[in-house]
Amino acid sequence: MIINGVQIDDTFAEAFNMRGTRVIITAQNHKWAYNAANAMTGFATSVIGCGVEAGIERELTPDETPDGRPGVAVLMFAMGSSVLMKQLENRMGQTILTCPTAAAFSGIEGNERINLGKNLRFFGDGFQISKQFDGKRYWRVPVMDGEFITEETTGMVRAVGGGNFLVLASSQPQALAACEAAIEAMKKIPNVIMPFPGGVVRSGSKVGSKYKALFASTNDAFCPTLKGLTKTQLSPDVESVMEIVIDGLTEADIRKATFVGIEAACKIGSANGIKRISAGNYGGKLGPFHFHLHDIMNDKTLGGEKA
Amino acid sequence: MSALTFSLKQELIQKLDVSPITPDKLSDKNIGEISATPLWYGKQQLRADNFFLISGLDTQNIVFDNCSAKVDYIGNGMKTGRIIVNGNAGAFLAFQLQKGEVTLNGNAADFAACAMAGGLLLVNGNVGDYLGGALVGDRKGMRGGTVIVKGNAGERTGDQMRRGLILIEGNVGSYCGSRMLAGTIGVLGDVDEYIGYGMKRGTLLLTKTPKLHATIQDCGTHTLPFLSLMFKSFRNLPSKFSKINQNRVQRFAGDVGNDGKGEILVLQ
Repeated sequence: MIINGVQIDDTFAEAFNMRGTRVIITAQNHKWAYNAANAMTGFATSVIGCGVEAGIERELTPDETPDGRPGVAVLMFAMGSSVLMKQLENRMGQTILTCPTAAAFSGIEGNERINLGKNLRFFGDGFQISKQFDGKRYWRVPVMDGEFITEETTGMVRAVGGGNFLVLASSQPQALAACEAAIEAMKKIPNVIMPFPGGVVRSGSKVGSKYKALFASTNDAFCPTLKGLTKTQLSPDVESVMEIVIDGLTEADIRKATFVGIEAACKIGSANGIKRISAGNYGGKLGPFHFHLHDIMNDKTLGGEKA
Repeated sequence: MSALTFSLKQELIQKLDVSPITPDKLSDKNIGEISATPLWYGKQQLRADNFFLISGLDTQNIVFDNCSAKVDYIGNGMKTGRIIVNGNAGAFLAFQLQKGEVTLNGNAADFAACAMAGGLLLVNGNVGDYLGGALVGDRKGMRGGTVIVKGNAGERTGDQMRRGLILIEGNVGSYCGSRMLAGTIGVLGDVDEYIGYGMKRGTLLLTKTPKLHATIQDCGTHTLPFLSLMFKSFRNLPSKFSKINQNRVQRFAGDVGNDGKGEILVLQ
């Protein structure tokens, strides 16, 4: 399969079950909502070292938020519910409670509720006040800038993490340009985040290592500088590979984001050095979700109005 | 289907307890059984059709016409449906109301919304003392739901209130929110002295600074963001409170004689 001169590999991305939640952060203005949300989703690129994968889903206008202030929606994913709860509570306490004017609200319904501000209220040292509006409980915690407002709980849902695709290009700047274009388009898709820095990851990994202590190590088959040394997956004209990892609330959301991302990367085309699109998997044995690139790119329903 | 209507036939001498007449208690009954519903009248029990002309079929919509202040316990423990009262209501209107709506087009006597747990009570008139209070001997009053009073309320409004919302568009008597445990009471008119007496937690929302007793403390004027959430939750209520859209308030805390975690917020 070839789109605009870019070869789409007949392979698939392999993704896993995760637990996810959405939190709405509001503040006096978008600047401070972003300050809070950027801190909350900082150092949350991969569950391997960060506990959770988190990112800003989108900006919210004042009429979209519970308290009528500007806000942003944050999505957070973890491999299990207990990690998600612990990370959410820690991050809420250190980044939202501390951020001037910031408030946090539940952004998702779900059968399971997890603590949002339930335990943060104890920071109020007895001066905290609970209020219930429309069946939802909120906490008012007195702080030095006034009052910190947070909903007691947020919803937790079953989600999908680890959707991905690889961009193979003739040069590093060209690979990055294609990834930037892809991320720009994918940011418009609801219910997904791309958790890595700027949405892009350059250190794709394989399972295992020559060192006993490590579970994963560099994906040498895709490292351009090792072309002559390993069983490479790269042709002579590929000089740089970058990956985009996608976490989403449902399989359909990731399919949509994958489609939009690959479409945007291919639009730059082989004329500008984009040679191939591939995807990462573990042979299909580890993850229950398989995102076949050909299947997704042939799915006319994903193209929206353009299809 | 027309509403099941109970029209009072004659002026009552004794108090009449209509607690068996609610949508959930009558839902599976036919008109014969409904007419035979025994009601306490003073110390004797008589059939409902001794007092009321009964018409209509829809047990989920009950109407009391020509009602009087002798008729107690309207909407007692109601779990579903709707009751409309035309005329006045006696004591214990919407007593232990759990769900559904009670609308009164007239005035209510004391203990309206007593021990109410949920649902909506709308009074297009005045209410007596102890609105949303506790049953005598109980230590917790109203614990949920919404009460809207278009007129005035008497003394001890929200006494020992535990949760829920009371909105009064007129004036209230003294000791409003006394011994309040939590919840919210809003008053657009004037309040009499000793507001928040013995109040432990909860929010009293006022439009004018009242006369305060010594154990209520001024905490200054603030812009409180939670008020936007609260006023947003008022938007769909049939009340003037749905129009409030400002969150600058003077905050008084108290009653420090009883923990002092309650607050009186005066809109600026």
